Amino acid sequence: MRHLLSVRDLDRAAAVGILDIAEDMAEVAGRAVPKLPTLRGRTVANLFFEDSTRTRLSFEAAAKRLSAEVITFSAKGSSVSKGESLKDTAQTIAAMGVDAIVLRHSASGAARVLAESGWIDAAVVNAGDGTHEHPTQALLDAFSIRARLHGPGSRGRDLHGVRVTIVGDILHSRVARSNVWLLSSLGARVTLVAPATLLPVGVGAWPVRVLHDLDDAVDEGPDAIMMLRVQAERMTAAYFPSEREYGRVWGLDGARFGRLPADTMVLHPGPMNRGLEISTAAADSAASLVLSQVANGVSIRMAVLYLVLAGASGTAMDGFPA
Amino acid sequence: MSAASALLLRGARTPEGESLDLLVRDGVIAERGTRLSHAGALAVDADGLLVLPGLVDLHTHLREPGFEQSETVLTGSRAAAAGGFTAVHAMANTSPVQDSAGVVEQVASLGEQHGYVTVRPVGAVSAGLAGERLSEIGAMARSRARVRVFSDDGRCVSDALLMRRALEYVRTFDGVIAQHAQEPRLTEGAQLNEGELSGELGLTGWPAVAEEAIIARDALLAEHVGARLHVCHVSTAGSVDVLRWAKGRGIRVTAEVTPHHLLLTERLAGSYDARFKVNPPLRTQEDVDAVRAALADRTIDIVATDHAPHPSETKEAPWAEASFGMVGLESALRVVHAAVVDPGQLGWEDVARVLSSAPAAIGQLAGYDAPLRVGSPANLTLYDPDARAVFGREDLRGRSSNSPYLGRELPGRVIATVHEGRPTVLGGAPVEPEELSRA
Amino acid sequence: MTHAVLQQADIQRALTRIAHEIVEANRGTSGLVLLGIPTRGVTLAERLAGILEGLEPSGPVPWGSLDTTMYRDDLARQPVRAPSPTRVPGGGLDGRTVVLVDDVLYSGRTIRAALDAISDLGRPAAVRLAVLVERGHRELPIRADFVGKNLPTHRGERINVRLRESDGEDVVELDEGALA
Repeated sequence: MRHLLSVRDLDRAAAVGILDIAEDMAEVAGRAVPKLPTLRGRTVANLFFEDSTRTRLSFEAAAKRLSAEVITFSAKGSSVSKGESLKDTAQTIAAMGVDAIVLRHSASGAARVLAESGWIDAAVVNAGDGTHEHPTQALLDAFSIRARLHGPGSRGRDLHGVRVTIVGDILHSRVARSNVWLLSSLGARVTLVAPATLLPVGVGAWPVRVLHDLDDAVDEGPDAIMMLRVQAERMTAAYFPSEREYGRVWGLDGARFGRLPADTMVLHPGPMNRGLEISTAAADSAASLVLSQVANGVSIRMAVLYLVLAGASGTAMDGFPA
Repeated sequence: MSAASALLLRGARTPEGESLDLLVRDGVIAERGTRLSHAGALAVDADGLLVLPGLVDLHTHLREPGFEQSETVLTGSRAAAAGGFTAVHAMANTSPVQDSAGVVEQVASLGEQHGYVTVRPVGAVSAGLAGERLSEIGAMARSRARVRVFSDDGRCVSDALLMRRALEYVRTFDGVIAQHAQEPRLTEGAQLNEGELSGELGLTGWPAVAEEAIIARDALLAEHVGARLHVCHVSTAGSVDVLRWAKGRGIRVTAEVTPHHLLLTERLAGSYDARFKVNPPLRTQEDVDAVRAALADRTIDIVATDHAPHPSETKEAPWAEASFGMVGLESALRVVHAAVVDPGQLGWEDVARVLSSAPAAIGQLAGYDAPLRVGSPANLTLYDPDARAVFGREDLRGRSSNSPYLGRELPGRVIATVHEGRPTVLGGAPVEPEELSRA
Repeated sequence: MTHAVLQQADIQRALTRIAHEIVEANRGTSGLVLLGIPTRGVTLAERLAGILEGLEPSGPVPWGSLDTTMYRDDLARQPVRAPSPTRVPGGGLDGRTVVLVDDVLYSGRTIRAALDAISDLGRPAAVRLAVLVERGHRELPIRADFVGKNLPTHRGERINVRLRESDGEDVVELDEGALA
């Protein structure tokens, strides 16, 4: 795998392959020395044009557990705030001898542009591009669901027939997009629940079912329900009237959570707005995968860094995109 | 070459299919017939070539004054000549804005000095393109630049009252308001045609209705005040429906389509390659089919390039951060050839209309109403319709290279362009600026 | 040109002998852990554990698998490999005698990687090495403690170990490759 730009570049076999490698990586975390020498001598640059402490820390931990050198670049207070372009910044970082760039950027497609422009040779891992995709988040969500369903017997399995309901601001969510494509190619049945203002216009062509009533969705008793973070600034742009109405109509409050089957998994990509899109009862319940999502994030990112960095350049593992 | 020398085109085929010789002398077509001869004339063997009336572009951005790193009147008019044009209209979004007699006269005289094409400045509708109060429309109309087309292009005159007043005001000298139809609130942050693809790519959608609603409103306003409206770069099937309805009602509305909206679709944005980022955005295949049909049935009157040069660094960026726009002068005729002539929707007579006589009429540009006739100004383009080649950087003659066609095979080749009797392009290459300059 | 150098019965005999040697060297089976190196080393470790249990009725001998992929020194020289799971039997490795089991001992680099991997998993009292085939051409100072069959080879030759569990039959073949 040369880069990881979009989950749409992963077919079922490749996606299951990453999840399986992440299982191996997860085992490492439990060892006396939770570290592998695999990427010794390789350098990973975290290039974050947008703040995201948790994603940055997760990639950093992943790279360090594989013994890679890590350099981190945050846009805040840097030359980027003085107008330096992605191209110049990336070329500057690449000139320091970097093997992979983990890129977070507010513009959709930034990772693909960086990977395909010919500006740099390094591998590019998309750590979230605008409202387009967040591939490692979707992979860790799939990993978390699979692990909860199948435990130690997870290896080699997909999510065939698993019913996953994603609730909230689909329109602006890179997490939702990546999950829709990845979960579908893993065989899950995805339902989206949102007001029409927060759904993309072309959603009819997505491999999903759309509901406009969260109560109906809850009463179906899905296997997993994923609550998306809602951003207050969407209100001013007239996507929804008020926080109170949003919470009442689209939030997983205590009553709705109580109606869910006990084994319905609750996911949230974080950071959570407790009391808005998710209640504390739901977030902290035994059904919640929120904390295991965080732990699994490191394993998934180790697997991804392993795949883009461990092999000879220009080669790919069987079944993975070159 | 002095203006007095003569030029003899031998054996060119007219859009109507007639094969003839044309003698150009003293800036006009002096003779038209077969086996013409003239001592001392520069003879051009045009056997197998098509002779078209000089092309007229109602919509370009020449960027001077103010944005000379992208284009100048010299480089832009040279690009125009290379594409077979003999007259271009230069949009008002310069710096300073073309909203006063002084600026439009400066731009027009730069064009005259360089001599590649006639440069007709477009005047701003609103002072400073701010959309608040009218610019000095009357002064620009009466200036030496004789401005007849007014537009805030790049921005929509969204204020209905301001639009009404502008339409009324230009009626006095039969000017025209060329509207950039883009409802601003519906297109805040918009990046790409709103549809399946924009949803997938996570790019803010640019709904067709944002264009169509403005066209409908403006058509009704034009009807109400009895004025002329021109609609810039029509891009959607819905806009075509609205125009067809307006024309059916007898409203005095004309419309243009760009070469890129005739050929390219939004699918090209799938790789986030900002060369395909343009305003209005590339649309769907259904929209492309609709604007082609509308051009064929005259619902859309003309083709205009919306030539929009940008320096490469503004395109080497993530999509949302890149500039809108494509250069189009050098490729326009070849793209029209590929998009509507090859499929049989337009003949060469139609091409002569949509790329020359009709835009000249809308812009009230004299000398293009009786093309290729004895006594008419000698504005001509020799085109080889049988050529076919990959469009390359060497085909670009302006200052910027943000063409969406680089690397794409296109039919045809402009062999020569004659502007007011003087060759501006010969053997497929522009003549040197020094040979043309009247400075 | 390929020809069989060990048949099913030879393999069985070799494993039995290795098992006896392990018991002798270890004075029984207590404190033993067998770790097979994927893929075929794991199968051999499982078989050895079965034989050992028959020899010493003191209870089953714990066995597991040890993946060396992440510790290899040649990762950057070839396409990425899919790692295999590492499974350490309950009780861990601390203070135990670990017997690494692999099918073929060649350059020694895999064993070097395995030793590194073990040191990240715990601190055994001792580490021993059992291999079905020893073919020479070591590139590191490593030797096997228990050898099923010494098989001198040329570098250009290949040894193919095929086992019932993964390949449907028990046989070790010598592929003379380009030298033949």
